[in-house]
Amino acid sequence: MTIRIFVPRDAAALALGAEKVAQAIAREIETRGLDAKIIRNGSRGMVWLEPLVEVETDRGRIAYGPVKSGDVAGLFDGGLATGGDHPLCLGPTEEIAFLSRQTRLTFARCGIIDPLSVEDYRAHGGLVGLEKAVAMAPAEIVAQVTESGLRGRGGAGFPTGIKWKTVMEAAGPQKYIVCNADEGDSATFADRMIMEGDPFVLIEGMAIAGVATGATKGYVYIRSEYPHAIATMTEAVKIATKTGMIGASVMGSAYRFDMEIRSGAGAYVCGEETSLLNSLEGKRGIVRAKPPLPALQGFLGRPTVVNNVISLASVPVIMDRGAAFYKDFGMGRSRGTIPIQIAGNVKHGGLFETAFGLTLGEIVDQIGGGTATGRPVKAVQVGGPLGAYFPRALFDTPFDYEAFAAKDGLIGHAGITVFDDSADMLKQARFAMEFCAIESCGKCTPCRIGSTRGVETADKIARGIEPEKNRALLADLCNTMKFGSLCALGGFTPYPVMSAMTHFPEDFSPAPMVEAAE
Amino acid sequence: MKMANGGEAPSLPEKSWPGGDSMNIRVSAGDVAERSIGIIRSLKHLEGPMLPILHAIQAEFGYVPEDVKPIIASELNLSRAEVHGVVTFYHEFRDHPAGRHVLKLCGSEACQSMGGDRVADRVREILGIDFHQTTLDGAVTLEPVYCLGLCACAPAAMLDDEVFGRVDELCISEIAAEVRR
Repeated sequence: MTIRIFVPRDAAALALGAEKVAQAIAREIETRGLDAKIIRNGSRGMVWLEPLVEVETDRGRIAYGPVKSGDVAGLFDGGLATGGDHPLCLGPTEEIAFLSRQTRLTFARCGIIDPLSVEDYRAHGGLVGLEKAVAMAPAEIVAQVTESGLRGRGGAGFPTGIKWKTVMEAAGPQKYIVCNADEGDSATFADRMIMEGDPFVLIEGMAIAGVATGATKGYVYIRSEYPHAIATMTEAVKIATKTGMIGASVMGSAYRFDMEIRSGAGAYVCGEETSLLNSLEGKRGIVRAKPPLPALQGFLGRPTVVNNVISLASVPVIMDRGAAFYKDFGMGRSRGTIPIQIAGNVKHGGLFETAFGLTLGEIVDQIGGGTATGRPVKAVQVGGPLGAYFPRALFDTPFDYEAFAAKDGLIGHAGITVFDDSADMLKQARFAMEFCAIESCGKCTPCRIGSTRGVETADKIARGIEPEKNRALLADLCNTMKFGSLCALGGFTPYPVMSAMTHFPEDFSPAPMVEAAE
Repeated sequence: MKMANGGEAPSLPEKSWPGGDSMNIRVSAGDVAERSIGIIRSLKHLEGPMLPILHAIQAEFGYVPEDVKPIIASELNLSRAEVHGVVTFYHEFRDHPAGRHVLKLCGSEACQSMGGDRVADRVREILGIDFHQTTLDGAVTLEPVYCLGLCACAPAAMLDDEVFGRVDELCISEIAAEVRR
């Protein structure tokens, strides 16, 4: 039987040399005359082990990693083809602790299947949700999604079912499903990973949304910094249309659903839904005031569902296994699972899908294994550039929308950046303001002007100029931005700034009169 | 603008995504207006055609030439100011050609936590240019990028469409040698 060897095509694996490894394996297969085939799968999410090579055996899939191209000949000498032992051998993939501790619902297939094989997708439970959906009344689908407790995974945490219901009930000859794949937050890569590793799950989720709300056209707005995701999604949409998954007759039903991939152009603010809609329409990515809600007047002024990639990709499993199954995971009002992305200065970085409720300390210390540099963890930023910096003292905070809000933070898109004790929190606060100044769309004054004043004030603190007065000024400025900005960019920039100042006051009291303090 | 001959222009509507042409300078010797109109007319039927058109124009010429703005305006029934406004809003669109290669360095928090700032300093030193500049030999343009989604293998960089994780001194030297070949 043909041996199947898996080498990921995920951008993170490629960034660590997966292409050269795949080429080396192809050469060995040819030289040794083996009956073997290379499959370019997505990533399992264990980035510190990438490129992770797997081989299918009768004991299940055996993993090797991190593999360099120079290791390949040795791996074959050691019997890679039969899952033989080797210093790089990690044993059966599913038994690696980082994976076995997870609850993979949304990412169930990611890293396992060939991302562009419909047969693989079906064989691993794909399309069951959509098949059930086309046989149901739209209101029943919306009720399932509402009942599941699924909330927007992009950061705002708005109940997905409520949004769908609004669009379903809205009148209009043309409605849209817009997938927000403008994943701009640092430390987040879940959207990229699923689009590269299991694109059909997103397509299936969007088609279900279309059937439920009466939308017949779907757009995926992917940031231009993700060329690999754009390529994979474009190809997947072609295949899905050709095979009747979507198109004039969704899975042979009377429903129509067409899809198109669109590329952003490097503007962080376009991750904000109204800004994204303007960008999709071909305008400057300026934030719109709400109301009107995008659900009623969205893309081209028509009823539109705007959902994050992970929200939509979580829908198929909800339709397949039922709302109760999904709702069973989690805590409080945070139901289901969340793909936590552990990044930055961390030993075991990657994607960890689990039910809500783990504490921050468990995630960073136990799952992440502490810092990559081996130094003590000083701070972790949760939720991207607009998320708060948490000190060790708050590591008992459970991963849950409300628990984080109660500690003046947010879980956002569930990205966590770990910093060791060499981090300068004043510098990080300044960066947050600078980032806001660069990326502000310019529509509202607190964000546009406040961020620039914030950078200047942070610089004054760094230079030891009237530190007490300037700290108070920075806090006041944050208050104005928080309550006076139109969207989350200006409104949430105060989170990293204020948390840095509150939890790490020592970094905001540099020795006075140090000219080059920076 | 006349530039040294680079790669050949890709044909539409295929874009230069991964595996495509890695060169970023494209000859603009042909009739810019004629080629632009061809691109615009092949895409103007889309809902919200502006960004797809601008991406295709930049793929064709390597940048968005000033002369193309009034053409887009007229074809889409917009004012020239509106087109200019859109082009300048987005970091991605250039108003002049880039070097043969474009090196993007990620400056996000995850990359900072792994010494990305030091890597950026070293890159600027080795290439002898700052961000948004092109080396005198036209080999490479250095650009900052906010997040490549490679945050668990930071610091990250992208050379044309090729991605690099855990960028260190050795990786920088290899990239510098590669772009100057």
